[in-house]
Amino acid sequence: MSRADVIVIGGGPAGVAAAVELRRQGAGKVVLLDREPHLGGATRHCSHSPFGMREFGRIYFGAAYGRRLEEEAARHGVDVRTGHSVVQLGEEGGITVTSARGMERLEAGRILVTTGAREKPRSARLISGDRPIGVVTTGTLQSYVAFHGLMPFRRPVIVGSELVSLSAVLTCLTHGARPVAMIEPRSHALARAPLTWFPGLMGIAFMKEAEIVDILGRTRVEAVTIRHKGALQTLACDGVLLTGQFTPESALLLPSTIGVDAGSAGARIDQYGRCVNPAFFAGGNVLRAVETGGWAFREGRAVGRALAADLSGPGNAGEIVPVSFDDPVKLVVPNMLRRGGGESPAFRDFQLRFHRRARGRLSLELEGRKVWSRQGWWMPERRILVPVPPAAPEAAHIHFRFGEEL
Amino acid sequence: MAILEARLADFDGRISDGSYDVAIIGGGVVGCAVARRFALAGARIVLIEKGADILSGASKANSAILHTGFDAPASSLELELVRAGRQEYLEICDSLNLSLVRTGALVCAWNDLEAAKLAAIEAQGRANGIDGLRLLDGAEARGTMPGLAGHLVAALEVEGEHVIDPWSAPLAYLSQAVALGGRFLRNAELLKGVFDGGWTLETSAGVVKARSVVNAAGLYGDIVDERLGFTADFRIKPRKGQFVVLDKAAFAHVPRIVLPVPTEITKGIVVCPTAFGNVIVGPTAEEQEDRVRATVETETLEALLRWAGEIVPALEHMPVTAVYAGLRPASEEKGYRIFSRPERRAITLGGIRSTGLSAALGLAQHALALHEGFSDRFATPDDIPSVRVPNLGETRERDWQRPDHGEIVCHCELVTRREIEAALDSVVPPGDFGGLRRRTRAGMGRCQGFYCNARLAEMTRGRLATPLAVEAGDTP
Repeated sequence: MSRADVIVIGGGPAGVAAAVELRRQGAGKVVLLDREPHLGGATRHCSHSPFGMREFGRIYFGAAYGRRLEEEAARHGVDVRTGHSVVQLGEEGGITVTSARGMERLEAGRILVTTGAREKPRSARLISGDRPIGVVTTGTLQSYVAFHGLMPFRRPVIVGSELVSLSAVLTCLTHGARPVAMIEPRSHALARAPLTWFPGLMGIAFMKEAEIVDILGRTRVEAVTIRHKGALQTLACDGVLLTGQFTPESALLLPSTIGVDAGSAGARIDQYGRCVNPAFFAGGNVLRAVETGGWAFREGRAVGRALAADLSGPGNAGEIVPVSFDDPVKLVVPNMLRRGGGESPAFRDFQLRFHRRARGRLSLELEGRKVWSRQGWWMPERRILVPVPPAAPEAAHIHFRFGEEL
Repeated sequence: MAILEARLADFDGRISDGSYDVAIIGGGVVGCAVARRFALAGARIVLIEKGADILSGASKANSAILHTGFDAPASSLELELVRAGRQEYLEICDSLNLSLVRTGALVCAWNDLEAAKLAAIEAQGRANGIDGLRLLDGAEARGTMPGLAGHLVAALEVEGEHVIDPWSAPLAYLSQAVALGGRFLRNAELLKGVFDGGWTLETSAGVVKARSVVNAAGLYGDIVDERLGFTADFRIKPRKGQFVVLDKAAFAHVPRIVLPVPTEITKGIVVCPTAFGNVIVGPTAEEQEDRVRATVETETLEALLRWAGEIVPALEHMPVTAVYAGLRPASEEKGYRIFSRPERRAITLGGIRSTGLSAALGLAQHALALHEGFSDRFATPDDIPSVRVPNLGETRERDWQRPDHGEIVCHCELVTRREIEAALDSVVPPGDFGGLRRRTRAGMGRCQGFYCNARLAEMTRGRLATPLAVEAGDTP
């Protein structure tokens, strides 16, 4: 293939929005690669979430949203190649790809990584016990249902209380599975209101301060032992459904020169969505887990616009200033700023998340000078937006300070 | 299920057609190697396995090192068989298409006390007849592996320690035995054996008749001896080992096997690259009564991760790909527990504690030699069919690099549809999901099936003993 101007890796909302925006801004050859047979990314199996209101002015569910994305990409002349898995990112815009035809190398002036996020599996959570069949994540459950009409269990114990956990309950209930219980190790649900009353309404016990201490079963899950408020109890079940704990799909980034941020576990980017190696950009949930499809779409579009400006300009490899932060802040995106950039950044706000609940004053300091602050209760895994001050890219030190009140 | 039942019926049909020269009990790495060795010698063999697939017990979880025997007890049978087994592996690995990653190992001393022990370990290695040993100071050792922590005091380099694919090798051994006309009988637990000049073996899948028996039952070695009517000469004391598998990004930092100086503190925990391009950390050594449950435990896994970060700092925040635990068939004594009973035409290969993968081919040679002590030689087969197992190792060409592979099913491990279909249709097809994973690596990568598990459920419908999906309308 002739050299592309931009290769976009990952055809979810962020990748399609970026590819379309690049074409609208006049980019020439834009290739969009996706390893699945259809575009849409995680939205393809998310049967309960409505998508598309903000970007298309109407609501789509599951595969219908992906089809709309495919239409948009086609209409704007994006060169879409599904069934293409990217194996490796080179240093200078070359990538290794495999498809049914076998292995090939593709080249482009810029590479945009929009590979999304996934839930952490049982192994990475280091959960104790046997390792039988029947321990899956929400995404896996939903692909059983959406693509194959199958179910991995009938009576799972559900772990977690994020928004996706609610979706997990609905998927079970609408496909003949009856959750035994929902458990959350924290003393409060992570998601807002629905999780405090919805499971109960459906007759499913919702247990806070409860965690799995043992999974039992030789071939298939037979029971789990949980510690609930200090006391052990065994629940008979035939599966464990692990919900949430999303993590960026940064498999391609880890062995590359792009760099993965210790806080977000996703791509390190500046205010334009540009990586440390300026041939690479990233956007959407590969930056941080996890935002909605609509958020990822808007973020992808913004990064696409910044990338288009970068293509037409001289390129930018200005000096990098990392953004540092205090615990219990979990992540900040963008995780660095670049000096001497243009006037139209893709990110006008810092996105922050806490990894635990905390009370105190969060402030932004430029070279030790406080330029923004707010006092309050900060909840884990909730999005916090702090405007990027115009002077910030020129500062020598950018730091989010947290003064906790115990 | 229909296909599975048809296959089982097929096996039943074979069972009834007469008797075998040798029945091997246990489809672990040792049993598979013994099946191959006897089949190559011309014996009509049957391998009897209690589980749904080979490698269902101790052999499914080990550290995948092909040992030299440098630290084996001097002039022990174990040393002799590890060396013989390693030698044969090196001879046959190309023809069977088995992986061999020549990593070498460093026995690392992290303080002066440990460093003082290295000379004795080296001396023992030399006495054991092992070449390629070299004492290094900390800086020299780090020169061969820069990822090691700065407080390394000294190390003993053991050039001949290699890394292999621990699942494809035994699969190749058994596949070759099957290609020579051998039979693999799964889901067949030995219940009772009666000897009246020949053996009548009652199994949970029917009766098997054989002239001789080889007990390679691993964790059940003592129980199988009892069921064969022997007074067990040994007692299995399972020893659990937990492991953490780190992301492939770790591989660049760990090009060599990092062994500890044996002490009470480290308990023999190894940081080791794998043939698949990951890094493993483990095993623990935990004695237990239970022969079935091999649980992982959060605190232990966290401790393994801390240890890895301490000796290779770049591993500190490395993502975890998988965790596993296995049981080693240790006995009340350190050495192998090998018994020949000529008057009963029976051989027991017991207590193969932790060097089974390295010694398996040597154990098989030894078993055949013992057998020849009480039985005539078999007629050597006229022609040896060539058997090649698919390569799953990262260091050689994989199927995804070749044209027309269909599609990628497992993205993390780049497993193709063609590879999965080939495994399902192979001469020793997987009996359960674990068996499919071991034959193809599907679902073994960093997402652990987040993306491909449902697809695999669809592709394996009716093919595995425990289906991944619960069929609609099933009551659990």
